[in-house]
Amino acid sequence: MSGDYRLPFVLVSLPVSLEEAFDAFERCPDAQLLAGGTDFMVEVNFALRRPPAVVCLRKVEELKGWRLEGSEVVLGAGLTYTELMAPRLSDLVPGLVQASRTVGSPQIRNAGTLGGNLGTASPAGDSLPVLAALDAKIVVASKQGRRSLELDDLIVGPKRTTLGPGEVIVEIRVPAALGSQEFLKVGTRNAMVIAVANVALVVDWAGHSVRCALGSVGPVVIRARDAEELISSRIDWTGRTLPGDGDLAEFTALVRSAARPIDDHRSTADYRRHAVGVCAQRALERVFANHNGETLERTSWAS
Amino acid sequence: MGELIDYQLCVNGREHDVADSWLGESLLYVLRERLGLPGSKNACEQGECGSCSVLMDGKLVCSCMVLAASAVGADIVTVEGLSAGENDLSDVQAAFLAEGGVQCGFCTPGFVVSVHDLLEHNPDPTELEVREAISGNLCRCTGYGRILAAVQAAQETRQA
Repeated sequence: MSGDYRLPFVLVSLPVSLEEAFDAFERCPDAQLLAGGTDFMVEVNFALRRPPAVVCLRKVEELKGWRLEGSEVVLGAGLTYTELMAPRLSDLVPGLVQASRTVGSPQIRNAGTLGGNLGTASPAGDSLPVLAALDAKIVVASKQGRRSLELDDLIVGPKRTTLGPGEVIVEIRVPAALGSQEFLKVGTRNAMVIAVANVALVVDWAGHSVRCALGSVGPVVIRARDAEELISSRIDWTGRTLPGDGDLAEFTALVRSAARPIDDHRSTADYRRHAVGVCAQRALERVFANHNGETLERTSWAS
Repeated sequence: MGELIDYQLCVNGREHDVADSWLGESLLYVLRERLGLPGSKNACEQGECGSCSVLMDGKLVCSCMVLAASAVGADIVTVEGLSAGENDLSDVQAAFLAEGGVQCGFCTPGFVVSVHDLLEHNPDPTELEVREAISGNLCRCTGYGRILAAVQAAQETRQA
């Protein structure tokens, strides 16, 4: 039970259940939520954040683990990237596993969580394009009850969410083993990189559709809907083959024009726009090559 | 500084009292400045360099990114806890010395903790696995060649 872990003060609480977390918020409405700490503590260390009180989520039982519910995978918001790299999840949500593998370093992947990635709402968050491409549902809860949100109803700007006071991201629901999935990320190294651009692509063989989400090229993750529609209509779904180079070039151009990148200290808008086009096309080609049993040379898992 | 708090942390198998601590203090700060354990080094304070690596409930983390007060109830192992005593070296530390994996030495404690964690979970890693395991630790002196040699030496000693 919680007794062992309950601290003798209210400023920092370490609840073991959601109920206890909600109670902690009631006692201390100014409290800030702490998940893995990989963003939160950087701000504290650099004196950009001075929490009056903290509710730590690492012990909350309801946020741990994952389960299969019918055709949905229900991922606890407290899952770390390391936990997301579990072999079974590679079959059920391969894109998310690939994305998790590109996050930070072993140290960061052991601490950072899926719920934290959503709560931080960085435009560069690596799980976010995958969740967008999978049309994930995000379940948030407070003392008042639960609600289920689409990604773009939760994250509305850079580091801006619609989470209300005392509301906690509880779980993320995504379709199980939906088609083929790829995640690609551009950065200066294979480790410890905040994405210059990242792309998630899902090919839904049954639904005859391609979904493509772009990260780090706009204030929030962007679905390249025009590009998705175009390529979905040009793929030969019976023969499972890609259309010719002209159609692929059109797809890539539409991906590029969907991006709304900026120049910053990590890269330029021009390069980011170029990079998402290359990544999206490469992801598409990989999916079809893998599906047809061809082997594509992979320079590395992140490129 | 706001209100101060008191709590206990279990570090290297011993309970330590932390008194009058500001709630935002990182585990790294508390280890170094309050508990007299300066082995974990403070450099980037943003999880980039790995020089503050510790084990928390058996998981390798950057102690600069752990809110110390949130680590109550966790089992924390620092580089000081990896060897038998102050004058003793762990096998990984001995290998770093023997292979010249130490130059200025600042990054060494973090590397040692990461390599211990690697060999604990994967006693026979490939070079690629070693490189990935130490990808969160920066060394600006060695160029990593001698560090990779040290890991290999430690690996071979454990298997002998």
